[in-house]
Amino acid sequence: MSQYIVRRLVIMIPVVLGITLINYAIINLAPGDPVDLLIDPNLTEADRATRREALGLNDPFLVRYARWLGELVQGNLGYSYTTYEPVLERIGERVGPTLLLMGTALLLAYLLAIPLGIASAVRPYSGLDYATGVVGLLGVSLPTFFTGLVFIYVFSLKLGWLPSGGMTSLGGAAHWTDRLRHLILPAAVLALANLGLMLRLVRSSTLEVLRQDFVRTARAKGLGSWQVLVRHVLRNTLLPVITMAGLQLPALIAGSIITEQVFQWPGMGWLTIQAILGRDYPTLMGLNLLAAVMVLAGNLLADILYGVADPRIRYE
Amino acid sequence: MALRNDEEKVNRVASSIAQKNRSLVRWGVRPAGDSYWALVVRRFLRHRLAVTGLVVLILMSLAALAAPLLAPHDPNAMDLFAFSAPPSVEHPLGTDSLGRDVLSRLLFASRISLSVGLGATLINVVVGVLLGGLAGYLGGKVDSAIMRFTDMILSFPPLMIILVLVSVLGPSLMNVILVLGLLGWPQICRLVRAEILKLKEQDFIQAARALGVPDGRILLRHLIPNAFPPVLVAATFGAAQAIIQEASLSFLGMGVQPPTASWGNLLTDAQSMGVLGSMPWLWLPPGLMIVVAVLSINFVGDGLRDALDPRLK
Repeated sequence: MSQYIVRRLVIMIPVVLGITLINYAIINLAPGDPVDLLIDPNLTEADRATRREALGLNDPFLVRYARWLGELVQGNLGYSYTTYEPVLERIGERVGPTLLLMGTALLLAYLLAIPLGIASAVRPYSGLDYATGVVGLLGVSLPTFFTGLVFIYVFSLKLGWLPSGGMTSLGGAAHWTDRLRHLILPAAVLALANLGLMLRLVRSSTLEVLRQDFVRTARAKGLGSWQVLVRHVLRNTLLPVITMAGLQLPALIAGSIITEQVFQWPGMGWLTIQAILGRDYPTLMGLNLLAAVMVLAGNLLADILYGVADPRIRYE
Repeated sequence: MALRNDEEKVNRVASSIAQKNRSLVRWGVRPAGDSYWALVVRRFLRHRLAVTGLVVLILMSLAALAAPLLAPHDPNAMDLFAFSAPPSVEHPLGTDSLGRDVLSRLLFASRISLSVGLGATLINVVVGVLLGGLAGYLGGKVDSAIMRFTDMILSFPPLMIILVLVSVLGPSLMNVILVLGLLGWPQICRLVRAEILKLKEQDFIQAARALGVPDGRILLRHLIPNAFPPVLVAATFGAAQAIIQEASLSFLGMGVQPPTASWGNLLTDAQSMGVLGSMPWLWLPPGLMIVVAVLSINFVGDGLRDALDPRLK
C-alpha cells in the first residue's frame, strides 16, 4: 500500500512540473510588462532597459521559469499586483470559506443523491425514478449562475427568507447561525450543480450491484429487503461513489467560482474573479496552481480510499 | 463471475461482428438485414425525448438563422421612449436599461451562443480524434507523452483555466471559441484512444495490415471511422458543456463583449439586486433559453447513445 502511494507520488512529479510550466507559459503570454507597473513612468527608455536587465526579465524563458520555480519550492508565490500583499497570504485567507462552501455542498449532494439514487434503482421506471431522472438532468443542464440568480430572486428578494450574499451580516452578530443562514443558498446552488452526475452514478452503480450473485444469495436465505439493501447493497454501491468524489473535484471548483461570484462569498472563487478583472497575474497563477494540486491530490486520495474500502483491490 | 466473463466474451464477439459489418458496408457490401445506420435512425426515432430535443434545436437554429427577419427591432437600436420598460406590444419582452429590445437581442444572441457551441465542439473533435488516434495507434513513447499532456490539461479545473486564458488573450468571440475548443478535447482524446486500442487487435485490422495497407490509411479508413459512434455522443454532450461555459464566461464579463449579445452577457446586468428584483423580463428569458438549449442537446445525446450502441446504456 505505502509502496503504491510512493509510486503514485513519483508519477505525479512530472505532471506537477508540466502543470507549473503550462501555467507559467500562459501567464507569460499576457500583454503588458510588469516593469511598467512597478516603476516610475518618468524613467527613460535606457533606465528601463537596465531595470529589466537587473530584474532578469531579458533572460530566456526557461531560465526565468526555473528561477520562478525555485522561489515556488521555497513557498514564495510572489506579490499581488493590486494589493502588494504576498500571494500566499491572500490565498490563505480565502481557503477556509471555500472549503466550508464546497464541503457543505458536497455533503448536501451526497445526502440527497445516495438515498434517491438507490431508491430509483430499486424501482426502475417508477414515478420516483423518472422524477430523480428529471432532477438529475436539470442539475446538469442548469448553468450555476442562473440557478443562483433564481434562488436569490425567489428566496431573498421575493420571500425574504435568506440573505442574498456575503458570509456574515454587516454589523450583525458573529453567531454561527448568521453564517449558516448565509451559507444555505450558495451551498444549495452548488449542491444542485453536482447532484445530477451523482444521481446517475449512484443509480447505475446500484443497478449493477443488484444484479450480483451475492444479492440473490442474501435474498434467497430469507433476509428482508431492507436488510439486503443496507447490509449488502449499500456498501458496494458506495465504492464508485468514493472515486467520483475525487473526479468531481474539478467541476466542484469550477462551480464554486461562479457561485462565490454570484453570492459574493469571500472564498478562492471570488478572489479568482477579482484577480482576473484586476489583471493580477501572480495571484491568478497561485490560485490556478493550488486548484490543480488540489485536483491531483483529490484523485490520489480517492484511489487510496477506494483500496481501503474494497478489500478485493490490491495495490502492488 | 464465470457467467460475467462469458457475457463479456459474447459481447466482444458481437461488437467485432458489428464493426466488421460496418466496414463492409463502407465497401459496398451489405450484410443481410438492415444497415447499421438505418437501425440507428430507427432506434433514435423511438426515443421520444431525444426527438423532441432535436426538433427544439432545429427550431432554435432556424430562429437564430432568421434573426434579422424575425426580430421586431434592431438589436442595438435604443428606444428613447422606453428605458427598462416592461413587456408591451411594441416590445414583447420589454427593453433593457439602454432602451434596447430584449426579444431582438435574444434572437441575435442565439446566433452567437449556438455558433460558439458548434465551433468549439468542432475543434474539440478534430484535436481529440487526431491526438487520440495517434496515441492509440502508435503506442509507446508517443502514447505516454500525449496521455501525460492530457492528464495535465485535465488537472486544471475547467472554468479556471478557461478564465485565465481568455483574460490573457483578451475576451472576444473568436478567443472564446478557440479557448473552449483547445481545452475541451481531452475527453474525446481518451475515448478515441481506448476505442482504437480495442479495435487494433481485431481481425479486420490484422487483415488490412497483412494486406500491406499503409498505417495512415488503416488509421483514417478503418480505425477512426469505427471509433466514431462514441465520439459523436461525447461531442454532443460536449456541445452542451461549451454552451454553458460560454454563457458563464460572458456572464462574468470575460466572454462575448457587449454590444454583441450572447445568452450569457444578457444576464450580466442581473448581478445588481435592483435589476434582478424589478426587471425579471431582462434575465429570465435568456436564462431559460440556455436551459432549454442545453437540455435539448443532452436529450439528443442520450438518444444518440442509446441508438448508436444499446450496450452503452
